[in-house]
Amino acid sequence: MALSGLEIFKLLPKTNCKECGKPTCLAFAMQLAQKKAKLEDCPHVSEDAKEKLAAAAAPPMQLVKFGNGDNEVQVGRETVLFRHEEKFYNPTVLTVTVSDKLSGEELNKRIEKINSLEFERVGQQIKVNAIAVVNESGSSEKFAAAAQSVKQGSELAMILCSDSPEAIEAAVSKTSDRVPLIASAKEDTAEQMAKISKDNKCPLVVKAPSIEALSQLSEKVKSGGVENLVLTLEDKSPRESLYNSTRMRVLSLRKVFRPLGYPTISFIQGDESEQVAAAASLICKYSNIVVVDAAEPEVILPLLTVVMNIFTDPQKPVQVEPKLYSVGEPDENSPLMFTTNFSLTYYTVESDVESSRVASYILVVDTEGTSVLTAYSGDKLNEKVVADAIKKSNVEEHIKHRKLIIPGYVAVMSGKLEETTGWEVMVGPRESATIPKYLKEVWQ
Amino acid sequence: MPIPEITESFAGKVNRLTLGATIEQGGTRTSTVTVGGAENVVYGGSTEDSGHKPVIAMDVLDSRPDDWPDVLAENYKDVMESPADWGKKCVDEFGAELICVKFDGIHPDKGNKDAEHAVKVTQDVLQAVGVPLILWGCDDDEKDNEVMPKVSEAAKGENVLLGTVTEDNYKSLTAIALADKHNLITEAPVDINISKQVNILVSDMGFPLERVISFQATGALGYGMEYSYSIQERQRLAALSGDKMMAMPVICDVGYETWRVKEARQQDAAGWGSAEKRGPIWEAVGAICLLQSGADIIRMRHPKAVEIVKNFIDNVWQ
Ligand code: SF4
Repeated sequence: MALSGLEIFKLLPKTNCKECGKPTCLAFAMQLAQKKAKLEDCPHVSEDAKEKLAAAAAPPMQLVKFGNGDNEVQVGRETVLFRHEEKFYNPTVLTVTVSDKLSGEELNKRIEKINSLEFERVGQQIKVNAIAVVNESGSSEKFAAAAQSVKQGSELAMILCSDSPEAIEAAVSKTSDRVPLIASAKEDTAEQMAKISKDNKCPLVVKAPSIEALSQLSEKVKSGGVENLVLTLEDKSPRESLYNSTRMRVLSLRKVFRPLGYPTISFIQGDESEQVAAAASLICKYSNIVVVDAAEPEVILPLLTVVMNIFTDPQKPVQVEPKLYSVGEPDENSPLMFTTNFSLTYYTVESDVESSRVASYILVVDTEGTSVLTAYSGDKLNEKVVADAIKKSNVEEHIKHRKLIIPGYVAVMSGKLEETTGWEVMVGPRESATIPKYLKEVWQ
Repeated sequence: MPIPEITESFAGKVNRLTLGATIEQGGTRTSTVTVGGAENVVYGGSTEDSGHKPVIAMDVLDSRPDDWPDVLAENYKDVMESPADWGKKCVDEFGAELICVKFDGIHPDKGNKDAEHAVKVTQDVLQAVGVPLILWGCDDDEKDNEVMPKVSEAAKGENVLLGTVTEDNYKSLTAIALADKHNLITEAPVDINISKQVNILVSDMGFPLERVISFQATGALGYGMEYSYSIQERQRLAALSGDKMMAMPVICDVGYETWRVKEARQQDAAGWGSAEKRGPIWEAVGAICLLQSGADIIRMRHPKAVEIVKNFIDNVWQ
């Protein structure tokens, strides 16, 4: 967090020598705080002060990357507690585990299954983007072998999970080119783990039983030269996890408490239902990497959707491309309706049209990503805009009839729209949910 | 380095509100439900600051729904004709602490049933279950104004939660809720200013703000959930800052919203996994997300989803 003018002033020589071009050190400090002056302009500032100022300017939460190439992932550098204050920046990395007790065919099947956890929703690809290899066997060889298989079988970023430095050493030696995240260093293994992390340039998870112990450990590891850290607390109940995660986020962002200024990882425990619940809540509440055992699409798709929703920029409405869309396989007699290019509006309409099982055309009109009512009241939706969209989309070549279903909320534009386009306007329902009924009963 | 203290002094907190009235309190309920009371943001401060446990209200429809997918409908197929049996099943088998009777069947497009029907349903459900009720209209202004006052009267003394009133349609329901001493849901279309405005309007009619629950409109997971999420977070922050017009507990409708999206409904979807599990998980995850942003009551439908969320609440709230 940036320092105030007064805090900066305390670090200056306070001689008022004017060499910076300002009348006093205080005036210089104030300008510096407002970024209207540069620190270099003061020739007398001490090295110590320079360091402190630089440190204060650093973001409160570290950015950590692991994996390589196209599959590199990055977590951290969040700036706010509530998404509406700004936005959440780096989407939670949803990770699925592979046990090193598996081998051969079973292991490969598991890897394949995780690789396939990729979905398209509302025009975007979403996927599981890391695999955690877990040292459940207790054997370093098996762990290294499993890590090797994962490396061969998947492009995804890797997390190597073992409390044993020997096992980590063995697995990292096979996979270091993939820049795996090492999990985890504890109090008693911190030195050895830090060395492996440093030697192989892989980021490191530090684990401790309490926030207090965790901040001490992260300090210690950092002073040993490892800066790419991820934090985790040992085996906590869902309640403790959520309260601790929130407290850590507040301490790192609001208090700029550097020992906790790193992204966090959660290893989710419990049966499938418990994992679903804990994972969903921890995605919302500040865990930057969430590791689950569940690899079923019906569990992963909703969790990935949570990540997508929560990390959407609240300042920027998500838009779809304004053009003609087909739902089902419409023909020249199929209904045509229009809606706006605010993605939420569009996908709601699309979903309802789909459930009607009446093949249809949806003409998406460019309203700069606003909903029907907002667009209409802001004059981003009027008869001209719709007429333009009709022309641009070439919809006249796709259908024989000249009937256009319009959203019920803008029934008032019917007259002008008929005049401008020469089309017959049919007023559709106000609520998208009533579209199926409308298409079945009123259309035709 | 010592860990800094987090000191937060909030000027306000979320109102506490109790639903239902026992015999001693002039009703016939065998249990009541208290919600609200949070004194910090969700998981902020200590567990004592979190207020009362959030509660799930299970939906009972006044008329047999014809558009529920099998995965959902099969849980209620033996009781769909009888709201009373339906409510009883929710309480006895699925552990519901609160029932929301949704009067879809009175909607002009969905059966257009009359007030007599709605009153009978209300009486039957009140007889069949001992838990408090939410009585929720059909969202057609004219029909709600005609029917819901009679429903309110039929539940007089039971301290129910009545809904919903909006910026454009609040007078008749607010008046009757006031007369019958019920609680009221104020609804706004994901717009915090309108939400506040509705609260001001009902307050101007003399309705006590401590008996109001806010409904910010709910988006299903993947369908605008994040809008409701952020509005609810903003409402909680406003409540904590001392804004009396925003200090009410919050209700969400995850059940209805979930069961109209394709991820929950669609049976045969390649790559989406088991349809049987997908719908309930979709509903549960949507509900759990909204709990993170400060929901106090959540309307839900699938028993499995209810179970997952109830477990979560029991694990996290004291
Ligand atoms: S040059 Fe440095 S020491 Fe001199 S007045 Fe400016 S800030 Fe103060």
